[in-house]
Amino acid sequence: MNYLWAFVVGGLICVLGQLLLDYTSLTPARILTGYVVSGVVLSAVGAYKPLVTFAGAGASVPLLGFGHLLAQGVERAVDEIGLPGIFTGGLTAAAGGITASLVFAILCALIGKSRDQS
Amino acid sequence: MKLDPKQYNKMVRRAAPRSPVLKDCLWAFFVGGTICLLGEGLRNLYLIWYDQELAGTLTSISLIFLAAVCTMLGWYQKLGAKAGAGSLVPITGFANSVVSPAVEFKAEGWVTGVGARIFAIAGPVIAFGTLASWVWGFLYWAMNKG
Repeated sequence: MNYLWAFVVGGLICVLGQLLLDYTSLTPARILTGYVVSGVVLSAVGAYKPLVTFAGAGASVPLLGFGHLLAQGVERAVDEIGLPGIFTGGLTAAAGGITASLVFAILCALIGKSRDQS
Repeated sequence: MKLDPKQYNKMVRRAAPRSPVLKDCLWAFFVGGTICLLGEGLRNLYLIWYDQELAGTLTSISLIFLAAVCTMLGWYQKLGAKAGAGSLVPITGFANSVVSPAVEFKAEGWVTGVGARIFAIAGPVIAFGTLASWVWGFLYWAMNKG
């Protein structure tokens, strides 16, 4: 059942992005940025955690989940160390994803050849 | 053949290609859903050994690795042409946006090419995401203080 909801919820979040691509002039970069910021906001108002509990990776794998991760990280850091936590919590939580992207990208650049990206 | 404007409009509508929006959305749904399904499978696998949080991080790292390999081989771009937001919105799309310029701008050097361009698309995502988390962190701190 968890797998079904992961598929359906994840799929629907992507359909929303597709509608934005088709019906607005938003570029992919703007949509990605909007998703992450929206994820922070949804998490802040308490709406995203229930969705993650319900749909698992269906909610955490789309970039909204990345925003949720940032928001949760900053909350935890504030709980632990107070005000300075607002400077450390977000990126600490996101560090794994950012560093992994960076390291694998460099490895790919070492191995791979430039090709048409279009 | 004589046509009044009404008939003519009808013919034009019949001859025009059908709106691609539905097709786009179906592709986005199935590809995006499948990537999340794969993520859920990985997450449940990691949950055997690790706690929720670490399992989530490892799931992201695994998906990013797969997306990086697919991007290097040129597969992710082919998928993206069909899947649209289905391959853009998941974390694999974020990884693709980092790996693509890294490979592409290697020719311009490691620092001024790869280093400068690697976060061309992911940079704004990280910048505004982090900024939003800072703002929320401040509000959260202020709310809990009061």
